[in-house]
Amino acid sequence: MSDQSSADIRSRRRFLAGAGVAGAGAVLSAIPAVAGESAKPDPLITEVQDWNRYLGDGIDKRPYGMPSKFEKNVIRRDVSWLTASAESSVNFTPLHELDGIITPSGLCFERHHSGVAEINPADHRLMINGMVEKPLVFTMEDIKRMPRVNKIYFLECAANSGMEWRGAQLNGCQFTHGMVHNVMYTGVRLKTLLDEAGLKPNVKWLMLEGADAAGMNRSLPIEKALGDVILAFAMNGEALRPEQGYPLRAVIPGWEGNLWVKWIRRIEAGDQPWQTREETSKYTDLLANGRSRKHTFIMDAKSVVTNPSPQAPLKYKGRNVLSGFAWSGRGTVKRVDVSMDGGRNWQTARIDGPVLDKSLVRFYVDFDWNGQELMIQSRAMDSTGYMQPTKDELRKVRGVNSIYHNNGIQTWLVRSSGETENVEIG
Amino acid sequence: MSKLVKFFAAALLSGTAVAAVTPYVSAQQIAARQPAVSSPKLGLGRPALPEEIKAWDTDVRPDGKGLPVGKGTVKQGDAIFQAQCASCHGEFGEGVGRWPVLAGGAGTLKADRPDKTVGSFWPDLSTVYDYIKRAMPYGNARSLSDDDVYALVAYILSINDIIKDENFELNEKNFTSIKMPNADAFYDDDRETAEKQFWKKDPCMKDCRSAPKVTGRAISVDVTPDGKAGPKVD
Repeated sequence: MSDQSSADIRSRRRFLAGAGVAGAGAVLSAIPAVAGESAKPDPLITEVQDWNRYLGDGIDKRPYGMPSKFEKNVIRRDVSWLTASAESSVNFTPLHELDGIITPSGLCFERHHSGVAEINPADHRLMINGMVEKPLVFTMEDIKRMPRVNKIYFLECAANSGMEWRGAQLNGCQFTHGMVHNVMYTGVRLKTLLDEAGLKPNVKWLMLEGADAAGMNRSLPIEKALGDVILAFAMNGEALRPEQGYPLRAVIPGWEGNLWVKWIRRIEAGDQPWQTREETSKYTDLLANGRSRKHTFIMDAKSVVTNPSPQAPLKYKGRNVLSGFAWSGRGTVKRVDVSMDGGRNWQTARIDGPVLDKSLVRFYVDFDWNGQELMIQSRAMDSTGYMQPTKDELRKVRGVNSIYHNNGIQTWLVRSSGETENVEIG
Repeated sequence: MSKLVKFFAAALLSGTAVAAVTPYVSAQQIAARQPAVSSPKLGLGRPALPEEIKAWDTDVRPDGKGLPVGKGTVKQGDAIFQAQCASCHGEFGEGVGRWPVLAGGAGTLKADRPDKTVGSFWPDLSTVYDYIKRAMPYGNARSLSDDDVYALVAYILSINDIIKDENFELNEKNFTSIKMPNADAFYDDDRETAEKQFWKKDPCMKDCRSAPKVTGRAISVDVTPDGKAGPKVD
């Protein structure tokens, strides 16, 4: 490049920068409370910054990359009073800090029953026994020699939002809705493994069992098992994280997270459900009449506005982006509506990004805020026509003792200061 | 492995048409081997040995399938329970801190705060055996013998007043005769009929309700870990 032409570029850049400042000024002047305050030049622009002068870290400083140190608040968090011990507990995904539809592997909520099993893949075994022609044992290497699939699915704990049955309790979507994540799984179809063992004709149920100290076990109907169920060894392109079941986990698309047995080591074929601790004493829905629904596997359509929300208040008047996500265990999300006035009037949000079977979708509403109080809600409709109910509609049929499957519409109250809180409305 | 089975497997592996081996195998055997959908085998994995299956296959079903031969009395269970379980579950299953309560709670399932215990809620006794055997005691799983587990199940029945005799012995023969108090209260998922009003063709978009009022606030409950509210807005 000649000196002349680079000088041209420099002067053109100066010109464009000047135009940009003028343009921004014009926009800001429309918001009296904010505009006009900083007529002084910004030292972040006029003074050379350290990162602009000195060398940064070399390539091997972070051989397995970590987020910027300025993102240190973007972490899973727990609610210590929920459980008796950290080994049988849950933490929550910081939904308000994320965008798009993929949850970073390190932020996928964790739920363990006896802590994280640390298993060398070379030591892991998967057994298939019970009503099969040939009981088999597979190593991870065997499994990685089988035909693979890649699928993006959401995983939601059936107890997600379970603390909100009786009313607004936790002030943040991380805590009210953070037991959901969405990743790409790589693995093999469960059917591929079952075919190797050869199911007997009268098999109706499978029992999936984990290798952790809880020996987690759940019964799975054979129709689902032969359908879209995967045994996954990778998520988001990397090996499963230990807290997500490394080296192998079950992926049961659209069904409650408790069925997605981590560290899976055994599959038994049988002709009736096992009625395990997880599917009788837990993960059954106690209704107001004292009776309980069992085998409530499917996660119904649900959505939540993540921004604004209590941990992500509105900071600016004028232009804002409302964002959230929606999902359904019954199929794809067909539509998401958003209300700013507590469900009185609704507008259809814009869904951007992939719309996939049993996956999160991301929705947006671009809006202007003049500082008035808002009651923000979202409601999802799925490909079966199921529409996310209000909390009151849900309580009417389920009572408040269900614990699980709370997919009621969430209300965030945005105060005129921009502070946002979790409320119940009537 | 019999010669016949070996031949059959080899035929599948090599892609030989199944028809070619049918003269050597009865129709019944083929039906047993071939589920509704057949597909070529990959030939991966190895046969599970009987000792291996025995080591892992500890699950117990409501019909008693999987119960090992063994026995234990309420009295024996009491001693094991006090040594291995009471520090979390309390001496009589009343629970310590936030650890699970195992006894009591009868008649509370319609109440505002139901006590869902083994006695008041669990529909199947087999679940108790299966779970203790695989996961308890917490932090030292799979350390109990089959007889220990029978004894513990017997003790848990006694603290729930399902068994009243401390000399009662639970074993694989009388196990399935015990019916749990809440056994008939469970039914399969019926959301698609019981909640059919949630399938709505044309949801309301305008003037759908009266002006809403705030009736409850999370900040007044004040249990959120990060403090009473989110980041302050200046």
